[in-house]
Amino acid sequence: MALIKLKKGFDLNLKGQIKQENVADEVTATTYAIIPDDFTGIIPRMEKKPGQHVAAGEALYHDKNDEKIKVTSPVSGTVEDVVRGERRKIMAVVVTPDNTGDGKLFDTRANPKELLLESGLWAMIRQRPYDIVPTTEVRPRDIFITAFDSAPLAPSLKKVLGDDEKYLPKAVEVLSTMTDGKVYLGCPKDYTIDDTRAEVNTFVGPHPAGNAGVQAANVKPVNKGEVVWTLDVITAARIGKLFETGKVDYSTVVALTGSGIAEPTYVKATMGCSLKSLLDGRLVEDDKPKRIIAGNVLTGVKETTEGYLHAPYRHITVINEINKKDEFMGWASLSPKKYSIYRVFTSWLMGRHKEVDLDAKLNGGERAIVLSGEYDRMLPMDIYAEFLIKAIISFDIDKMEQLGIYEVAPEDFALAEFADTSKLELQRIVREGLDKMRAEMC
Amino acid sequence: MKSLRKFMDKIKPHFQEGGKLAKLESVYDGMETFLFTPNTTSRSGVHIHDSNDMKRTMITVVVALLPCLLFAMYNTGFQHFKAIGIDASFWQMFLFGLLAMLPVIVVSYVVGLGIEFIGAQIHHKEIQEGFLVTGILIPLIVPINTPLWMTAVATAFAVIFAKEIFGGTGMNIFNVALITRAFLFFAYPSEMSGDKAFVKLDSAFGYGGGNVVDGFSGATPLGEVATNFDNFSTSTMDAFIGLIPGSPGETSMIAILIGASILLFTGIASWRVMLSVFAGGLAMGALAHSLATPTYPASMLDPLAQLCFGGFAFAAVFMATDPVTGARTKIGQYIYGFLIGVFAILIRVYNGGYPEGAMLAVLLMNAFAPLIDYCVVQANINRRLKRAKAK
Repeated sequence: MALIKLKKGFDLNLKGQIKQENVADEVTATTYAIIPDDFTGIIPRMEKKPGQHVAAGEALYHDKNDEKIKVTSPVSGTVEDVVRGERRKIMAVVVTPDNTGDGKLFDTRANPKELLLESGLWAMIRQRPYDIVPTTEVRPRDIFITAFDSAPLAPSLKKVLGDDEKYLPKAVEVLSTMTDGKVYLGCPKDYTIDDTRAEVNTFVGPHPAGNAGVQAANVKPVNKGEVVWTLDVITAARIGKLFETGKVDYSTVVALTGSGIAEPTYVKATMGCSLKSLLDGRLVEDDKPKRIIAGNVLTGVKETTEGYLHAPYRHITVINEINKKDEFMGWASLSPKKYSIYRVFTSWLMGRHKEVDLDAKLNGGERAIVLSGEYDRMLPMDIYAEFLIKAIISFDIDKMEQLGIYEVAPEDFALAEFADTSKLELQRIVREGLDKMRAEMC
Repeated sequence: MKSLRKFMDKIKPHFQEGGKLAKLESVYDGMETFLFTPNTTSRSGVHIHDSNDMKRTMITVVVALLPCLLFAMYNTGFQHFKAIGIDASFWQMFLFGLLAMLPVIVVSYVVGLGIEFIGAQIHHKEIQEGFLVTGILIPLIVPINTPLWMTAVATAFAVIFAKEIFGGTGMNIFNVALITRAFLFFAYPSEMSGDKAFVKLDSAFGYGGGNVVDGFSGATPLGEVATNFDNFSTSTMDAFIGLIPGSPGETSMIAILIGASILLFTGIASWRVMLSVFAGGLAMGALAHSLATPTYPASMLDPLAQLCFGGFAFAAVFMATDPVTGARTKIGQYIYGFLIGVFAILIRVYNGGYPEGAMLAVLLMNAFAPLIDYCVVQANINRRLKRAKAK
């Protein structure tokens, strides 16, 4: 067990933290949905048509390029709708639950890889390079599991895990068979899971210390030609549970946080739950428009109350769209309310780690990169972030490769994007870079 | 504010495509974002953003330059009244300096921002804030007696050929303000050096003015060192306080240090660059001093004096730290800064043609900054390649 100290990064202290310990009763929604965009790298081809019955854990669709990769239904019920967007792209697959509680029963003696693929849990894992759902033909060099989420307002994964922690040893056992290398488990300082056969590393430091990719970069970085898998303990526990009980359990604990939530709290729910039922009566009632985010404020997806709890997240954040409209000469402001991690506003007097209520405003216009070192201080990896971003923008494949594009995912750049004075959309740039790179290499 | 907002909303259609004033769209946009922080919210990616933007960053640098500017005004008046032998009060000196410098500031901003506005309109881009800083730097580094038309020509040259053709703010290779000065320096050498350049003797808008007293020399200390070392009498303390002839902004070490502390405290400027420029200057100054010879009179100055005289400190704090034209990697910044310090003193001491070397040192290193970064980044690349092979 090693202790790894990360210095770079930043812990934002946002308003709307969960104060109470208890978890509210299970929310049962009238509809559940799977959003294909959450499973980067998979092009959905439907297996179920609207009106057909589906059991929890039964495939809704598979990948067009690799039939073995399936995405399964979180609940048993009827496929209500396949929502399509532009050019018939599938935006969501909606399921109406019949509350029978009967999930598909898998044969746990089957080949572990087949079982993972069939159960849909494979699709919950990510691989580096490219930050996509792992391809089936490559065995990963190592597998990295993170036991904590360090993003602003993120839930304690210990809390979300609850009793399911007991399935982790089984999960590590199963995952060990998938790799010739090691299974690494990255734990925070205050929560060590040591009863598995995984190699445990304790990470101390600000966000993004909890990102599995950041942990990988500081334990054993991904080199060209190598593949590693990343996942969190929640997915790992589901894998363990599947191999112990034969059932996929998509139930989880969701953290409802942010300044737009009247009483931030943990709620029991199931993956894909509709936000309407999750947020019913929980939003702050005022005249300010709210931004509902499935996930955290850095990497989450903008949603409406008509949206759903996205598969990778156990977290909903609600903030104000705009706290103060038409701010007069904001650039000259002396108000301590203008929050900045730099000491250019008077807010530093209040301390940079004081609780703040941030809105969704861009706070400026997009500019060329001017200040140096802004991205590097937010990325605890041995990577020259700014040079990598420039290589991606100019799509210089050789440079991207040399500067370490295989090691990164968009989420690693989220904090830099927050702090960026030039207001560039770094995560989008990295995502597009990875996609283009993958199209070029495969 | 509400009425102003209403007014801006009312005139907005005229500036949009198809409107009568569509050609001034960028100007309107610039004004609007200047008056009101845009209400745009994030579309993709992170949902929250730091309040710091380019406007605030640039304004912070301008604030850091204010002590230098105010002192420059006072010193311009001080030198003027000293030269004509009149006892003037603090406010009289300041007023004279204000009147003398105001036209330069106006010319610099009008010419520079004018070109930026036109450029932004041609490219249909938002107006960038870079010139806010350049525009205040120019009056501080251009000798006070430079004719305004020269300043205008030089500013236009610098903004167009050192910045706009490279793609505007953030893309330039050379520091725009220094290009302005370098242009003046090489195009009009007679107006830019010697005893006549640095002390304003005639009146400003009819204020002040008079006959020069006997024994007056308007030479800067470094000019005196180069030409008349035997009678050199300015102490390092004088230079530290700054009541000496020189380019307006560069004379007072105190004002520069206040600016430096603002830049460092807010984290806008890189302390690595600043520190290593001074380290490089000290090192080269000490070396030159240890080999002091009357052939090169400037080598007789002790290292500390080297830092206080001339434009060295001003260049270290405000020019070398320009992130766009400087090295961008941490290790690169140490090398970049150190070499600026070394070259500044090297040129100053061993090149008789230029009594001051800070400007040329920064411009020279601007050219080398990408190379320094290239080497630093290449080391990272090699490390990655080695790691891949070692597996």
